Amino acid sequence: MLSLQILINGILLGGLYSCIAVGFSLVWGVLNIINILHGSMMILGAYTAFFAYSQLGIHPFAFIPIAGVVLFIFGYGLQAGIINRVMGAPVLITLTLTFGLNLMLDNAMLVAFKADYRKVTLDPPLGILELGSLLIPIDRLYAMLLALVLVGCLYAILRATKIGRAIVAVRMDRDAAALMGVEVKQIYAVTFATGAFMAGAAGCLMSVIFPISPLTSNAFLGKAFVICVLGGLGSMPGVMIGGILLGLLESFGTLWLGPDFSTTIAFVVLLTLLMFRPTGLLGKRGFE
Amino acid sequence: MSKLVRSKLIGFVTALVFLAVFLLFPWFANNYLLRLGTTMLMYSALALSWNFIGGFAGYPSFATAAFFGLGAYAGGILQNKGIPAPLAWLSAGLLVLIFAVVVGRMILHLKGHYFAIASLVIADVLREVINGMTDLTGGGMGLNLAALKMGVTQQAQFFYFSMLTVAGFALITTLLLDRSRLGFGLRCIEQNEDAAVRIGINTAHFKTAAFVLSSTFVGMAGAVYASWTGYIDPGEAFEVLISVKPIVMTLLGGAGTALGPVYGAFLFLVLEETVWRNFLNIHSGVLGLLVVLLILFLPRGILQASLWSALGRLGLRMIEVIRRQRPQS
Repeated sequence: MLSLQILINGILLGGLYSCIAVGFSLVWGVLNIINILHGSMMILGAYTAFFAYSQLGIHPFAFIPIAGVVLFIFGYGLQAGIINRVMGAPVLITLTLTFGLNLMLDNAMLVAFKADYRKVTLDPPLGILELGSLLIPIDRLYAMLLALVLVGCLYAILRATKIGRAIVAVRMDRDAAALMGVEVKQIYAVTFATGAFMAGAAGCLMSVIFPISPLTSNAFLGKAFVICVLGGLGSMPGVMIGGILLGLLESFGTLWLGPDFSTTIAFVVLLTLLMFRPTGLLGKRGFE
Repeated sequence: MSKLVRSKLIGFVTALVFLAVFLLFPWFANNYLLRLGTTMLMYSALALSWNFIGGFAGYPSFATAAFFGLGAYAGGILQNKGIPAPLAWLSAGLLVLIFAVVVGRMILHLKGHYFAIASLVIADVLREVINGMTDLTGGGMGLNLAALKMGVTQQAQFFYFSMLTVAGFALITTLLLDRSRLGFGLRCIEQNEDAAVRIGINTAHFKTAAFVLSSTFVGMAGAVYASWTGYIDPGEAFEVLISVKPIVMTLLGGAGTALGPVYGAFLFLVLEETVWRNFLNIHSGVLGLLVVLLILFLPRGILQASLWSALGRLGLRMIEVIRRQRPQS
C-alpha cells in the first residue's frame, strides 16, 4: 500500500514537472539554446502569484493567465532585444549570455523579494482526498491536472494554429522555413515568449505546493535539464514521460535512500543516460 | 637585426619584466594587495586551465567548479591528516587528474549542449556526495583546516608564491601546448572534429588530454585555496560561478590564445573588485551585466576587439588633423 501511495505521489509531482520542463524543452528544441533563465522565470511567476494572492486575494490558479502574459511580454522583449543577436553562435556564447541574464534577474529578485522562502497558504485549504488508505492532497491533484491541461493546450497550439506550425517548421529546418516566408527571428521571439509563459504558469502552480525563494531557481532548472534528457529533446510526449519519470524517481528515491539523496539520484540518472543514450528515452537521433 | 630576432627579443624582455614584477610584488604590496594578487593568480590558473578544453578544443566545459571543489576537499582532508601542505596540494592535483580521466572518458563523446550539461552536473553530484559524507568532510557544516604555523604576512606571501607556482605551471604548459602536436590537434578539433578524425587525429585521446589538462591545475589551485582560507563548505567549493568566471575571463582575454586568459583574469579581477567595493548588494547582477555586454559587444575578447582598431583609427585621424593644422615650415 505504501508503494502505491508513493506511486501516486510520484505521478502527482511528475505531472507538475512536465509543465516545468515543457517550456524549457520547446526553447531548447526550436532555438537551440539552453535557457538558464527558465528556473528564475518560474520563480518570478510564483512570486507574482504569491503577491496576487496575499495582496489582492486572487487565487493562484486563476492568476495563471495573467502571470503567463507578464512573462510572455518579458520573454518576448528579452529574445527580440538581446538573445536574437547571438542566435547561431556556438553553445558557449548563448549559454554564457543566458547565464549572465540569469544573474541579473536573480539579483533583481533577491533585492526586490529578499531571500525568504514563501509559499501560498490557501484559505480555506483544499483538504485531502481519502481513497481507502490512500491520501491525495487536493491542491496537488488540481495543480497536476492544470499542468496537464496547460501542456495539452501548448501541444494543440503547436499542432493546429498557423503560428504553431511556423514554430515547428523553424525547429525542423530553419533555412527552409525562412524560404517559405517564415519570419525566423520573430518566431524565435514568440517561441521564447511561449517558453516564458509556460514558466510563469508553472510558477503559479508551484507557489501552492513548494516554498519558493530566488535561491531555489537553480534546483528547478536542474529538474528541467533532467526531464529533457530523460524524455528526449523536442518531443511533447517525451517531456510528459520524462516529467513523470523524474517524479517517480524522486519519490521512490526519497523512500529508499532518504530525502538527502533525491536530487543526487536524478543527476546520477542524468549522467548515466547521457553516457549511454544521449538522445533520451524517446528522442530521435541526429540532434546535438 | 632581422625583424624576427627583434620581435623575439621584445617578447623575451617583456616576459622577464613580467616575471620580475610578479616575483617582487610581495615586497611592495600591503596585505590587501597581496590578497588581490593571490586571487588574480588563482583566477589565472583557472582561466588558463579552462582554455585547454574550452579555448583550444572548443568544448564548452562547465566542470571547473567540480575540479576546484574536489581539489579543495582532497587537499583539506589530507592536510588535516597531518600531511604537509605542498604534498597535500600535489596529491589533490593527482586525484583530480585521475578523476578527470575517468569523467572525460564518460562524457567527452557528447557534443554541444549535452556536453555542457553533463560537465555542469558533475559539480552538483560531487557537492551532494560530499554533503552526505559528514564523517570525512564535515558535510554541510564545512571543513576547518589546521592553520599553518606562520606569521600573518609570512603566510600571505607563502600563499601568493604557491598560487604563482600553480599559475606559472599552467602558463608554461599553455606555451608548450601552443606549439605542440597536441595543441595543433586540439585546434583542428575546435575547427571541425569530423575533419580532424579524417586527417588521422585520435580525437578521443586528444580531447581527454585537454580535459585532464583543464583539471589538474584547477584541483591544485582549489587545494591551495582551501589552505589559504582555512575553511571550505560544499556550497562554496562547488559554486557554479567558479565554472563560469574562468569562461568569462578567457572570453575577455581571447579564447584559444596563450596569454589571453591571464589578461582576462587581471581585467576581470579589477572589474569584480570595483563592483564588490561599490555595489555589494547587486554585485552578482552587475557581474551578469558585464557578462551580457561582453558577449554582445566583445565576443572575441578585448585583445582582438574591433573596438581597439576603431580607437586606433580615431587616434591616427586626430594626429593627421593636428598635423594639417600646424603651419608647414
